[in-house]
Amino acid sequence: MKFLLIEDNQELAGAVVSRLQLDGHVVSHANGIAEANSYSQAEDFDLILLDIMLPDGDGRDFLQQHRASEKHTPVIVLTARSEVSDRVTLLDLGADDYITKPFDHAELQARCRAVMRRKSGAAQTVIRLRDLQFDPVSGQLVVNGITTALRNRELRLLELLINEPGKIFSKQKLFDRLFSYDDDVSENAIEVYIARLRKHLEKSCVSITTLRGLGYKLDDDQCD
Amino acid sequence: MTDTSVTNISGSLRRRLAITLIVGICIFAVLLFFIIRLYAAQIAQQSQDSILSASVTSMLDAAKVRDGQVAMDIPYSSFSMLATPQDDRIFYAIYQDDQLLSGYESLTLPETYNNTGTVFRSIDFMDTPVRQVIASRTLSGLTTPAALIVTVAQTQDNLSVTLRDIAKNAAMIVLGFFLLAVVFSAWASSTTIAPLNRLTQSVTRRGPKDLRPVTRPVPAEMAPLVSSLNHLMQRLDDSLNQSEQFITEAAHRVRTPIATVRSHAEITLQRVDKEENRQALKAMIRATDETSRAAGQLLDHAMISLRASQLNSEPIDLSELIQELVRSLTPVADLKDIEIRLDAAPDVRIHGDSILVQNAVRNLIDNALKYSPTESTINIQVRANPKPSIVINDQGDGFFHDEKDKLTDRFSRGRNSTGTIGSGLGLTIANDVAKAHSGSLRITNNHNGGACVTLSF
Repeated sequence: MKFLLIEDNQELAGAVVSRLQLDGHVVSHANGIAEANSYSQAEDFDLILLDIMLPDGDGRDFLQQHRASEKHTPVIVLTARSEVSDRVTLLDLGADDYITKPFDHAELQARCRAVMRRKSGAAQTVIRLRDLQFDPVSGQLVVNGITTALRNRELRLLELLINEPGKIFSKQKLFDRLFSYDDDVSENAIEVYIARLRKHLEKSCVSITTLRGLGYKLDDDQCD
Repeated sequence: MTDTSVTNISGSLRRRLAITLIVGICIFAVLLFFIIRLYAAQIAQQSQDSILSASVTSMLDAAKVRDGQVAMDIPYSSFSMLATPQDDRIFYAIYQDDQLLSGYESLTLPETYNNTGTVFRSIDFMDTPVRQVIASRTLSGLTTPAALIVTVAQTQDNLSVTLRDIAKNAAMIVLGFFLLAVVFSAWASSTTIAPLNRLTQSVTRRGPKDLRPVTRPVPAEMAPLVSSLNHLMQRLDDSLNQSEQFITEAAHRVRTPIATVRSHAEITLQRVDKEENRQALKAMIRATDETSRAAGQLLDHAMISLRASQLNSEPIDLSELIQELVRSLTPVADLKDIEIRLDAAPDVRIHGDSILVQNAVRNLIDNALKYSPTESTINIQVRANPKPSIVINDQGDGFFHDEKDKLTDRFSRGRNSTGTIGSGLGLTIANDVAKAHSGSLRITNNHNGGACVTLSF
C-alpha cells in the first residue's frame, strides 16, 4: 500500500517509515501541511497518516482542505493530545480513525485495515496465487470457489507469508507479527495458527512447509 | 434557586432597609402627632382666651362711677358669650384695688399683677383646672383714682373635649400616614434590592462553562462588586484554560518522544535474533507502553477532575456512543481475535458530558480487552431499565472478591494484573465519571468467572 505520512518529528517519522517499509509498504513522508499538499496533489495514496500539531499549521486544517477537495483517501490521525480534550472533534472533522501516540504498530495496521475495509471495499486488494484468492483487507480467502473468512491472526500470518512465497520466516518473526508484547505466551503458540492455516489451504495448490529449526515458508507448487 | 446552604448569611439588606425606614417613620409619626396636638391646644387656648378677654372687657366697660361709688351692671352677654356645649362653669371676681367688690373671694389675683394690661393664666380653682383672665381699668371720678380689676375664670371641659377630638383625628391621620409610609418603604426597599436580585439571577442561570463577564447595567453601588466578580471569573476562566492547555501540551510533549522510542524498539526487534536482546527490547516496549498509558490516564484523570466540577450537560444517546466506541475498538480487539458483541437497547438517553462518558467506557472496554483471553467474547449491553446503564462482561479471570472495593482507588491494581500493562487509573476514571453524573460503578464477577462491570447513571 502507498502511505503518506505527515509528521514533523523527524525521529518518529523515520521510525514509522522504516516500520511500514519493513511490512512492504511504500511510504512518502511530508514534514508539514505545504509539503503534504504537494504530495497529495501529485500522487494518489491509499492512506494518509496525519499528525495534528504541525509546524506550519494545524493538521485539522489539512483535513478540512483534503475533504473539501473531494479526495476520498482515508485519513488516520496520529494524536499525542489528551483523549479527553481532542478525540471527538477529530472524527467530526472527517478523520476516518485516530490512534494515540505512542502506538502499537500492529494496532496501526489493524486500524488501517479497518479503514480500508470501510472505505474502498475489497476489489483492488485481492492477492492471487495459483488457485488462491486472498483479500488481506476483508480477510476473505477463496479456495476452489469456496470462501472462508479468516480470523485476524490467521489473516495477518497468511498476509506475511503470501507476500513472499518461498521465503523462510522464522518463528520469531511470525511471533512478533502476531502477538503483542505483553502477551505472555511462548513462541510455540505460533504452531496453532500454522495448523489452522494449513487446514484452510488443504484443498489448494498452496501449502505451508515447516523447516525444522528455521521456520516456515509458503509453497505454491503442490499441483505441479 | 439560590444555593444558600454554603453561604454564611448575616441579616438581610432588604429587611434592614425596610426596618430603618419604618422605625424612622414611626418616630416621625409620633413626633407629628404631638406637634399637632400641641398646636391644636395652643389654638384652642387662644380662642378661649380671646372670648374670656372679650367677656372681661365688656364687664369693665359696664362699670361706672355713680355718686362716688363704683357701680356695675354685669351685662348678660358677658357670661352668655362664654357658654359652651359642655356647660363650663364660670367664676368671676371684681376688685377695686385690692378690695373685693363682688364675685368669688377665692378667685384671687396673681401677686405679680400690677393692675395694668390683660393677663391670662391657668390655675386650679376649687380643685378644677380653670383658665383665668385678669384685666383692669383705671376709674376716674372717684376721689382718688382707683383701679378696677375684673377677673373671669372658666373651666376647661369644652377645651379638653375639643382637644380630645382633635387628638383623635390627628391620631387617625398620623396612623393613615404611617401605614402609607410602611407600604411605601416596603416598596422602596424592594425596588432598591431589585438590581441585586436581577444580578443574582443572571449569574445563577448561567451554564457551568459560562465565565463571561457580567455586562448588564448595574447601579453605581454594585459596580465594585460586579467588577470584582468579573475579575474573579476572568481569573477562573484563565486558570481553567491554562490547566487544559497544560494537560494537552504535557500529553504532546511526553507522548511524541515515547512514540519514537517505541517505534525504534519495534524496528530493532525485527532485526535482532538473539533471545536475550529480544527480551530486553520487549521489556523496553512494555515500559514505554506503561509510561504512555500512565501519562495518558494521569492527564485524563486530571482533565476529568477539572471538568467534573463544571460538567457539560448535553443529551447523550448512550447506544450511539457505545456503538461508535465499539467500532473504534474493534481493530484492537481483532488483534487478539476477541469478538465484541454489542446488545444495545435503542434510544437510551442520559444527560451528561459525552467526552467523559466516552472516556470512562473506553477505559472499561480497554480493561476487558486487556484481561480477556485470545479468541474470547466481550459482551456489552446497553440497558434503559431500571436505570440507563452499560454492562460489560468478559471471559477473563474476573476480580478477586476481597479487592473489588479497592480497585476504584487511584493506582490500585488487581492481583491478576501482573504482566498486563496498566496504570491502575482506568477504574478510578470510570468511577469518577460515574460519580460526576450521580451514577455508580459496580464491579462483580459473572457466572463464568469473568469480570462484569456495570456503569449506571
